[in-house]
Amino acid sequence: MPGFFTSIQDLGRKGYGSVGVPISGAMDLYSAKIGNLTLQNKETAAVLEVTMGNCKLVFEKETKLCITGADFSATLNHKAIVLNTVININKFDVLSFGKCRFGVRSYIAISGGFKTKKVLNSRSFYHSITNNAVVLKGDLLPYNTDTKSLASTFSIVKRNSLHFNSKTLTCYRGPEYHLLTHCQTNQITSTFFSISKHNNRMAYQLNELIKNDIESMLTSAVIPGTVQLTPSGKLIVLMRDCQVTGGYPRILQLTPEAINILSQKTTQDSFQFTVI
Amino acid sequence: MTFNLKYKPYGNQVILIEWPARIEESILEDIINFKQKIKNDNKYHVQDLIIAYNSLTIKYHYPFKDFKKQMVQLKNSYLSLTTRVVTESITWHIPVCYNLEFGLDLKGLAKEKNLSITTLIDRHSNPFYKVYFIGFLPGFLYLGGLDKTLHCNRKIVPRFNITKGSVGIGGNQTGIYPSDSAGGWNIIGRTPISFFNASLDKPCFAKSGDNIKFRPIDKIEFLEIENKIARGTFTLKQN
Repeated sequence: MPGFFTSIQDLGRKGYGSVGVPISGAMDLYSAKIGNLTLQNKETAAVLEVTMGNCKLVFEKETKLCITGADFSATLNHKAIVLNTVININKFDVLSFGKCRFGVRSYIAISGGFKTKKVLNSRSFYHSITNNAVVLKGDLLPYNTDTKSLASTFSIVKRNSLHFNSKTLTCYRGPEYHLLTHCQTNQITSTFFSISKHNNRMAYQLNELIKNDIESMLTSAVIPGTVQLTPSGKLIVLMRDCQVTGGYPRILQLTPEAINILSQKTTQDSFQFTVI
Repeated sequence: MTFNLKYKPYGNQVILIEWPARIEESILEDIINFKQKIKNDNKYHVQDLIIAYNSLTIKYHYPFKDFKKQMVQLKNSYLSLTTRVVTESITWHIPVCYNLEFGLDLKGLAKEKNLSITTLIDRHSNPFYKVYFIGFLPGFLYLGGLDKTLHCNRKIVPRFNITKGSVGIGGNQTGIYPSDSAGGWNIIGRTPISFFNASLDKPCFAKSGDNIKFRPIDKIEFLEIENKIARGTFTLKQN
């Protein structure tokens, strides 16, 4: 069972912006990195990003896992498992995700990383680049057998609860921030914005409108975390799969941490921007 | 020619450099030169350099601690751009089949513009288009040089699925859809040429500064070229 939207992700596809290739990569890089660190993997190891749970996996070889990010009441052979720890997997074990307790995206890191095909130096799924854009029912995801036990480190990565509960997204001024009026900047920093149902790996649209008559600009580069102000006054926060160029004023730029925090929010969740 | 450039921090790992807000080949050339200079200079730990109409975006490997210091370094590099770095600009000859089967809006657009279909095809295939940059989709070229008499509004209702290779006009731009995608441009033909191939080290053959020339072909030649591409025996004409 593949769940709502499950894909292989790593740190992303860097250095191909000049041919129009999006960066991609795990939406919540912070959680994905914790998984790889716990397993003593390389930071670049590919993980499985599970959106909104409802996913079931059967393992064909022994290995080790670490599940991080959102809590979807994960079970191994119907027994509850603990997040952010090393889990030993035997042949034919069944990992299931159920009800969502908190967060939006969960990460399955596996010993040595998933071994799907690398395209342009990355395993991150993206339509028109990798063969698959999303994991489908029955897909086989390659990984290496691992029966070694990890050197005990005694330390368990403590969950940073702010990562899931924070209602503030810290951001820098974007390249077109100076075009905003005093009234607009006040509105942008004092409004509690809620996330519209149009939110995915490419972008999050926000519900509340900002009165806007800024002139259009020539198309220029955009990056994950850019907040665009559209002519209709809608704000769009670009995420990991965003295009490389855009034509709307880039009023804010989320910090790397804020992008990770936003990745764990979804429709109707709300937050405030803090400009540094 | 030296332009008055603006340097802006864009987050903590990216610097945006802006030229005057115009679409001009002299600006594009200057951007390409500066990009080449930064690329060749080892002191910049650059992950990616992205050209757009009037901007160059520099993505560093690591966050910068001091924006001003980076900016001064870049400014000095720009001012030291005395001799032009020679960048070879290639003209790519792209075969396009402008027929009614592929050109879904060919008839409608000709009627709207009060032109015969042949005249419309001539005016679209005569110019040498300048590749400004690549964006929107992997392998989508932003081209300059569309005949003014062909400028037209985008379709009111965009199509859900436009076939890869479709050649279209939207506003004052023309372009080729490098993959199947939704879109609102008026479609006037199709090319069998792939503008993006993720399995190649250089996934898109064209680059900023190159030229594109369309060559009208019929359906038979379209199929022949498609066949040759499938067998790996087709070479794209360039000069």
